[in-house]
Amino acid sequence: MAGRNRDMTATSCADTSPDAKLKIGAHEFASRLFVGTGKYPSNEVMVKALEASGARCVTVAVRRINLAERGKGCMLDFIDPKRYTLLPNTAACYTADDAIRTARLGREAGLSDLVKLEVLGDEKTLYPDTAETVRATKQLVSEGFTVLAYTNDDLISALRLQDAGAASVMPLGAPIGSGLGILNPLNVRLIIERLTVPVIVDAGVGTASDVSVAMELGADGVLLNTGIALARDPVLMARAMKLACEAGRAAFLAGRIPKKEYGTPSSPAAGVISSVRGDATKPK
Amino acid sequence: MIDGAANILVTVNGESRSIPEGESLSGLLLALGIRDGAVAVELNRALVARQEFSNVKLKQGDVLEIVTFVGGG
Repeated sequence: MAGRNRDMTATSCADTSPDAKLKIGAHEFASRLFVGTGKYPSNEVMVKALEASGARCVTVAVRRINLAERGKGCMLDFIDPKRYTLLPNTAACYTADDAIRTARLGREAGLSDLVKLEVLGDEKTLYPDTAETVRATKQLVSEGFTVLAYTNDDLISALRLQDAGAASVMPLGAPIGSGLGILNPLNVRLIIERLTVPVIVDAGVGTASDVSVAMELGADGVLLNTGIALARDPVLMARAMKLACEAGRAAFLAGRIPKKEYGTPSSPAAGVISSVRGDATKPK
Repeated sequence: MIDGAANILVTVNGESRSIPEGESLSGLLLALGIRDGAVAVELNRALVARQEFSNVKLKQGDVLEIVTFVGGG
C-alpha cells in the first residue's frame, strides 16, 4: 500500500513548511494543536488557556440542555466563533447507533460537517470499539460528514477507518485522561507512515514533551484536553503545549540525526595540543 | 398555555411534561426558554432540522431530546 512520503530528507515542498496549514477534508487549520473545552476550573480560565494554546479548533460535547438552569452563562458564550472552529464529539457513546445520532445532533447544533467520532468499548479503560467506529464512520461519511475518527494505536484499525472514508484518523497515545504520554511510539509511527489521511494523536498527553514526541514521530496534529485543563496552571500549560507542538513539528521537518551507540566528537580531532591520544584511563 | 385547551404528555430530556395539544416544536422551545443558537432536537430518535421546528406539531407520547454543546474533549 502506498503511504505518504514521510521522509523529510527529500527536497522541500509547500507541505514541509513548519507554518503549513493542516488540511482535513475541506477544512484548513492554522494550528496543529486541537484542544478540548472540558474540565477547566472556570470558563474564564478556559478562554485564556485556549488563547494561549494557539488552537483554532476546539472540541465540544453534545449533551441534553439543562432545563432547570436555563439562562445561566453557558460555555459557548465564552468561545469566539470567528476564532475557533467547533469540533463536536460523540464522547460517551458505546454503540455506532448512539454515535451516529449524536453526530447528527452536533451537526444540526453547530452547522458544521466536522465530527470527532468516538465509540467506546470499555468503561474502565475508555478504549475504543474499533469495529463499531468503522461502522459509524461509513454511515456518517455517506451522510456527508467530515469524520475524525478516534481509535486505538493499531495500524490495521487505522487502515480500516481510512478505507471507511475517515478524513483523519486519531490514534490514542494512552487512555483518555491518563496523562501517560505516547505509550507505543512504534505503533503510532507505523500508522503515520502508512496512512495518507492526516493522523492526529488524541488522548493520553500529560505534558509538553508528550506533544513533541507525537509531532516528532510525524503526526499531523495532537488533540488534548485534560493535560491542559487539570494542570495546576492551565494557561501556562497551554502555552507549553503550543510551543511543544511547534517544536516537535519543526524537529520532524528538520530531520533528526540517526541514533548511535557511541560518542562522535563535535570538534575537530586534528590539532589537539595534548600528545596523549585515545583512552585516558589506560596506564602509560 | 391556553386555558381550556386539552393537554398532552411528552417526554423532554427524560422528564415528562404536560403541554397544550397541537403545540409546535418551536412553541415548546419558546415555552422552555430555549433561545435560538447551538440547539438541536431529536424527536422519537430522529433528527429534526431547524427549519422544521415550527412545522412539527407534537403528539401525545412524543419523546424529545434537546441538546446543546458543553465542554468536552
